[in-house]
Amino acid sequence: MSLEARGLSISFGGLKAVQQVSLTVREGSLSALIGPNGAGKSTFFGLVSGFLKPDAGSVHLHGREITGMAPHAICRLGMTRTFQIVQPFAAQTVRENIAVGAHLREPRRARALERAEAVARRVGLGAQLEQPAASLTIAGRKRLELARALATEPKLLLLDEVLAGLNPQEVAEMIPVIRALRASGITVFMIEHVMQAVMNLAEQVWVIAHGALIAAGSPGEVTRDAKVVEAYLGHGAAARLQQLAAEPGHA
Amino acid sequence: MRPLALIAGLAGAVALLPAVVESGFVLNMAIMTLYTALIAQAWNILGGFGGQFSFGHAVFFGTGAYAMAVLQVKLGLNAWLALPVALTLGAAVGAMIGALTFRYGLRGSYFALVTLAFAEVFRILANTFQFTGAGVGIQIPLRESAADLQFAGKPGFLFAILALTVASLVIAWWLKHSRYGAWLQAVRDNEDSAAALGVDVFRVKLAAIALSGALMSAGGAFYLQYFRYVDPHIAYGPAISVEALLAAIVGGMGTIFGPLLGALVLHGLGEATRSLMQNAPGINLVIYGVLLVLIVMFLPRGIAGLFGRKA
Repeated sequence: MSLEARGLSISFGGLKAVQQVSLTVREGSLSALIGPNGAGKSTFFGLVSGFLKPDAGSVHLHGREITGMAPHAICRLGMTRTFQIVQPFAAQTVRENIAVGAHLREPRRARALERAEAVARRVGLGAQLEQPAASLTIAGRKRLELARALATEPKLLLLDEVLAGLNPQEVAEMIPVIRALRASGITVFMIEHVMQAVMNLAEQVWVIAHGALIAAGSPGEVTRDAKVVEAYLGHGAAARLQQLAAEPGHA
Repeated sequence: MRPLALIAGLAGAVALLPAVVESGFVLNMAIMTLYTALIAQAWNILGGFGGQFSFGHAVFFGTGAYAMAVLQVKLGLNAWLALPVALTLGAAVGAMIGALTFRYGLRGSYFALVTLAFAEVFRILANTFQFTGAGVGIQIPLRESAADLQFAGKPGFLFAILALTVASLVIAWWLKHSRYGAWLQAVRDNEDSAAALGVDVFRVKLAAIALSGALMSAGGAFYLQYFRYVDPHIAYGPAISVEALLAAIVGGMGTIFGPLLGALVLHGLGEATRSLMQNAPGINLVIYGVLLVLIVMFLPRGIAGLFGRKA
């Protein structure tokens, strides 16, 4: 399922959180939107998933305009998002949490609870099925967030920083899970702050800073882009890095 | 024990009560406990399962009681025909309040305050209009026959309230075992997450307040048939709102048997304090207050929480 944003903009008071962002996520791809803290990544996800209404621009899901549609309606069309700040249904077990997602396509309770089990195994939560969601570690909660979204049988997944807050080993364990999602035919569009992980995963990357896209291309291309380096490391950083690289002994 | 079996067992035991006990006091006690369990369960559906804390459930209770009274006395309708109208009106008032508050995203204390305000507005309206008997209230004539939903003795009323309370327990059981219930509890725990998973938060909450309103108005309808009198303060005053939420919170919010347990504890405590401290009327309210504070502090999942998650 493809996703197209055209000229999306939103301001909060005087802050232009997202300005004129246009991008197309191709069907079947694994792509990422990266940028420094506060660049507007999560706001952009909010706009395409229906949680925020854009001041200008439009969103098309597989050719159909979904601008301004309610989040639940967008989810029903096959695009499901996760949240950066994981939000489990704390009073319920892992199985019950995932079943809420499964209920989107499965009205029967027993079947939804059964389906939850299969989804839990897919993301490595099989052993924690009957635990209360509140007892999970951060890594476990990230997996639960993913599992619930997956249970809605999405064609396109919007992953909001599923790797943030994980230690290197947990990141390494999560990467094959995300790869497997794409391999199963789901289009994956992720927001990440952790650059290194994205470089390993995504084939197409957009970089956002101060609400505007500043670069697009393959991971290799964007990391060589001077504007991207400056956005992450500060004004003049690209020039200094080049200088350093040019000096003998630093190459 | 499985919840449905437990509900059936309890219903059977209570139904046999009149056969073994003749004491009007005991039967009245059972009737009032079941009645509190019913209105607490009504509150529990919206507050416990849905996380929307109402401080004004009297608005539905009063609507049920007044609907029964006005339809019988002013329009001459049979009580059995008036009952479904009363339930429908309770649901309609719920849907109206829900549409107004949930549409604008009122949550938490704002929702609580708005429900309280609605109950007060209804109380003032009932106090004003002639067709609700204004400040005098309405008395329904004594017709002690089952055909008029009045009974010659306590057992008839016991069976009637038992049927309503069992129905409310089965609804709570259904919420624990259905897609709608899963959606409602997901909305309670996190609205944004629920919406992201395809749950229509507004409609789920609207259905909950309508269902809760219908059950609460059933409580009001029963009250009217049992006591045959209603006035604005009884119908829409804060006492009934507090009774419903108190029993639900003490017993255990979001559980099947919590409201029943809460009703048992409150009536037990109420009777005990009345007999121990006869010269201090109203002392039971003080004790309820202390109990509420203790439960909220030490047993946030109520008495039912002591019996594990499935209660």
